[in-house]
Amino acid sequence: MNVISLDSIFGLGEMKSQPAPEASGCTTSSCGSSDGPSDMAPEVWEKVKNHPCYSEEAHHYYARMHVAVAPACNIQCNYCNRKYDCANESRPGVVSEKLTAEQAVRKVLAVAAEIPQLSVVGIAGPGDSLAAGAKQTIQTFEQLSQLAPDIKLCLSTNGLALPDYVDRLKGLNIDHVTITINMVDPEVGQHIYPWIFHDHKRWTGIEASRILHERQMLGLEMLRDAGILAKINSVMIPGINDEHLLDVNREVKARGAFLHNIMPLISDAAHGTHFGLTGQRGPTAKELKALQDKCEGDMKLMRHCRQCRADAVGLLGEDRGDEFTAEKVMQMDVDLDGGGFTKRETYREHVEAERALRHESKAAAIAEVAHMAGEKPILIAVATKGGERINEHFGHAKEFQIYEVNAEGAKFVGHRRVDLYCEGGSGDEDGLGTIIQAINDCVAVFVAKIGGCPSKSLEEAGIDPVDRFAFEYIEESALAYYADYSAQLSSGSIVEKIGADAVIRQGAYTSKRA
Amino acid sequence: MALKILKNDCTVCGACEAECPNEAISFKKGTYVIDPVKCTECQGQFDAPQCAAVCPADCCVAA
Repeated sequence: MNVISLDSIFGLGEMKSQPAPEASGCTTSSCGSSDGPSDMAPEVWEKVKNHPCYSEEAHHYYARMHVAVAPACNIQCNYCNRKYDCANESRPGVVSEKLTAEQAVRKVLAVAAEIPQLSVVGIAGPGDSLAAGAKQTIQTFEQLSQLAPDIKLCLSTNGLALPDYVDRLKGLNIDHVTITINMVDPEVGQHIYPWIFHDHKRWTGIEASRILHERQMLGLEMLRDAGILAKINSVMIPGINDEHLLDVNREVKARGAFLHNIMPLISDAAHGTHFGLTGQRGPTAKELKALQDKCEGDMKLMRHCRQCRADAVGLLGEDRGDEFTAEKVMQMDVDLDGGGFTKRETYREHVEAERALRHESKAAAIAEVAHMAGEKPILIAVATKGGERINEHFGHAKEFQIYEVNAEGAKFVGHRRVDLYCEGGSGDEDGLGTIIQAINDCVAVFVAKIGGCPSKSLEEAGIDPVDRFAFEYIEESALAYYADYSAQLSSGSIVEKIGADAVIRQGAYTSKRA
Repeated sequence: MALKILKNDCTVCGACEAECPNEAISFKKGTYVIDPVKCTECQGQFDAPQCAAVCPADCCVAA
């Protein structure tokens, strides 16, 4: 068992002394943060600031867990095949073991005591959280709201049964609900959903999608009226709903959705899904980003989703589920009264203080590049373990976070999964090729450390390996790099990298700890 | 007159158990089974057997 001391947690977000922010014409402490209160009502910020799925900033500090208490589903999607469950596979709809409500509650309390970063417990299936009468989902939430009231509860659903449960969810103090909406036109929907089960009947064809669409829109409106924040997940399926997701974005925005999360289709033939078997491809990194950029307007776009399993545990991008199997949890000494509340409280206070200071240092870094307004943005890949710092060795990174940098700031725009390239010493060449493909659209990769060989290969691929910002904050470092890069470009010492695309890794990915 | 569950195809999701109007479906020894005495194939109750209509693996079939 991996016991975490508070000291080691604080290492993630440890405060370094910061230079006093220079006058930047920016007076609020939130300026410089795309997520900060400057563009959000205070009561909404209170709801999302510690939720790793609803706030990009929070996802560097806070962990979530899913409990797999809802195996039954009420619709069939062409990107889902529930028979396939590989322990090494990370994608929605997959779990290694299903739990009863009692087992789930015990597991949550065990994890909460062990991982003070835990702020959210969600129910995301592996079927639909509200199918089959939502019995296990409601029971789990009822108990958790009593035993660990500081932990936020949320769920995700396809929306078919949602209108029947909004009142109940409100009563359980659930502030966050995610609906997966892939279409607002049944003509499009019929190519995604072969059937639904509704009102004691299996519906197929266009009728199935018409009913699903109506229920989704009704559910979304009811959430808005109940003051529950709605996140919309959409799976981007090239040739089927890619352009159509602009319409989806407009319709959900009009109904008060808070956040839109456009995710790439996962369609490996080995998963046995309809799309996998028919060779339907997922989008490239560039296609996904272009669509996300088009949809980004008055409504926030989520780009840090890891499409995690229905039983994932830990920070986004890691999964410590193996440490908390039902069998192991049964053997643990679980504090049934709050599950380590004091440790979580201490961690939250620490993060709160650090984030406030970060808002100032980000604003100062942006002021330094203000003269570059109008210059082209660049993409930078970052190896990080969390805490918004460049604190991971190149060879140990299981994913790279992607930041888009221009004079307005450094913005998190995505992440790329890579297989373990370095397992215990010598790196292998194929692994390196995979990483280069995954970050090929970036001009640089920021790491805590990197060996000579991979550095050379990266340089040959036009990606600058950068270790001079080791353990520094990501955004401030990215802005400093941008200023240097721009100066070098105009002096002619480097040439611009144009038109490169990258591969969104679809294969098996887990981030387990020993 | 009853349905049965093909064990090898069943994903053990339990959707059928929740829909059965006759409480004929239960979880036994790692899988769901239909009690043929209680099963009515939903005749006179619904247009189609509910377990078969909701099953994602299409494994609720005529016995």
